[in-house]
Amino acid sequence: MKHSRLPLITTIFVLVFFYLPIVVLVINSFNASRFGGTWEGFSFKWYIRLFHQREIWHALRNTLIIAVGATSVSAVIGTTAAFALHRYTSRLQRIHYTLIYTPLVVPEILMGMSLLLAFVAIGVKLGLFTIFLAHVTFCISYVAMVVLARLQDFDFSVIEAAQDLGANWWETAVKVLLPLLAPGIAAGALLAFTLSVDDFVISFFVAGPGSTTLPIRIYSMIKHGSPPLINALSSILLVVTFAAVWLSQRLTEEKK
Amino acid sequence: MSIEQKKRLQETLVTLPSLGWLLVLFVAPTLIVFVITFKPADPFGGIGPGWTLETLRSLANPNYPAIIWRTVWLSMLTTVLCILLATPMGYFMARVGSKWQKVMLLLVIVPFWTSFLVRIFAWKVLLHPEGPLKQFLVYLHLVKPETSLLYNANAVLLVLVYSYLPFAILPIYAAAEKFDFNLIEAARDLGAHSLRAFFSIFLPGIRRGLMTAVLVVFIPALGSYVIPDIVGGPGSEMIGNKIAQRTFVDRNLPHASGLSAFLTLAVLAPMVAVLTLQKRKGEKGPLIEGDA
Repeated sequence: MKHSRLPLITTIFVLVFFYLPIVVLVINSFNASRFGGTWEGFSFKWYIRLFHQREIWHALRNTLIIAVGATSVSAVIGTTAAFALHRYTSRLQRIHYTLIYTPLVVPEILMGMSLLLAFVAIGVKLGLFTIFLAHVTFCISYVAMVVLARLQDFDFSVIEAAQDLGANWWETAVKVLLPLLAPGIAAGALLAFTLSVDDFVISFFVAGPGSTTLPIRIYSMIKHGSPPLINALSSILLVVTFAAVWLSQRLTEEKK
Repeated sequence: MSIEQKKRLQETLVTLPSLGWLLVLFVAPTLIVFVITFKPADPFGGIGPGWTLETLRSLANPNYPAIIWRTVWLSMLTTVLCILLATPMGYFMARVGSKWQKVMLLLVIVPFWTSFLVRIFAWKVLLHPEGPLKQFLVYLHLVKPETSLLYNANAVLLVLVYSYLPFAILPIYAAAEKFDFNLIEAARDLGAHSLRAFFSIFLPGIRRGLMTAVLVVFIPALGSYVIPDIVGGPGSEMIGNKIAQRTFVDRNLPHASGLSAFLTLAVLAPMVAVLTLQKRKGEKGPLIEGDA
């Protein structure tokens, strides 16, 4: 394939395909025109209007409460999960592993639907708390996978050394293991945070009155609202995403 | 306590948080879906007492076979197109120098992290009757002014490919990166045509990555709901749309459960198939590769 240009051409095509809609969207967010068909001059007016939308601020608040809560809990549970999966090779861990990776593949609508039914069946009131529970459920798997990848090139002899020097397992975990794993856990937490902030489908199913999150708000704006406002909001979210990816890359590369 | 017991206890302690959480909030709810399929709906949008086969009977709705067929067909097309684009790209990314490799990986990861709704919305703007792409295509006389680019199955397919392509590229690239490209050189030295080397050396070499890619595209695609909801029309609905309609519009939870139970079974089939295939080959390790 050395002489074939096909891989190069495909790659360029895919990258243009990936970024064309995003670029058009960002450009349009500064377009004074209501529909992005023609350029009617540079304008910040959509951003200014966006900042006056009270529902968006309320939704953002809900989103951040859920994301911070879900990220903290799933970072802890995901890390213990990764540690168990890496350390032990029993039958229990095979079942554990299956349970960890299945949520990564299962369509979101099924997770949302099944959680909704479970909450309705038990009689839990739908709201921020149910969204939080749902988010922890799918974030655990992502954190576990990221930390597990990090554990793969982890030198376990430092743990044995610590124990030989008289540290108990708690001291070993907190003083030796945790600092060494911190960048991996942070990268996993960052992914969990992004996924929580971004999640629409699962949140939509388990949301109750008053627990509108930012993606749920965006969805109703896409369905009924003004396109330029969503352009502006999307552009802001894109900037946040770029920052998150950049940070995550820094975290995972630190060691190399 | 013996050392063996102590080790067992430690293992249980670190496994319990995640295992317990997922058993209660993932496994149990999935089972509940099957149970509620056999419950009646109550007039207030909840679940009534007693048992009924009403849902199973209403699943025989003559509209459903067409929707199920469309769901499977669109998901298969999406998977094929994603693999066709991701394989040459993964090959290219693995062969390009390490500096470019990093840049390209970043370029693939950014859409992967970008808000799902934002990406779908970006296409809605692009394909909009007054949007730039439509005007450009009309200008080139490729599209008639009255043709709609939005609200049909083609738009759904396009955005499905767009959304799931990063999921296909990452595992294929991860596998290609570990592939020993000397094998291809060797095959060509021995007289194999480069295309033949690609098909009989490279593709089998990255088959694990390919299988992961198929799985992580096909299965989520089967459950698509937002994409057909935003860029599709009445003629391009998928099972996911029906589940959402039964839940939010008709508020008939048992009926929505019935459809979800069906979708769960449809999703399990390819997963079990790939897992047994991998187990038979004695291959172990993470199924999901190259995430984040």
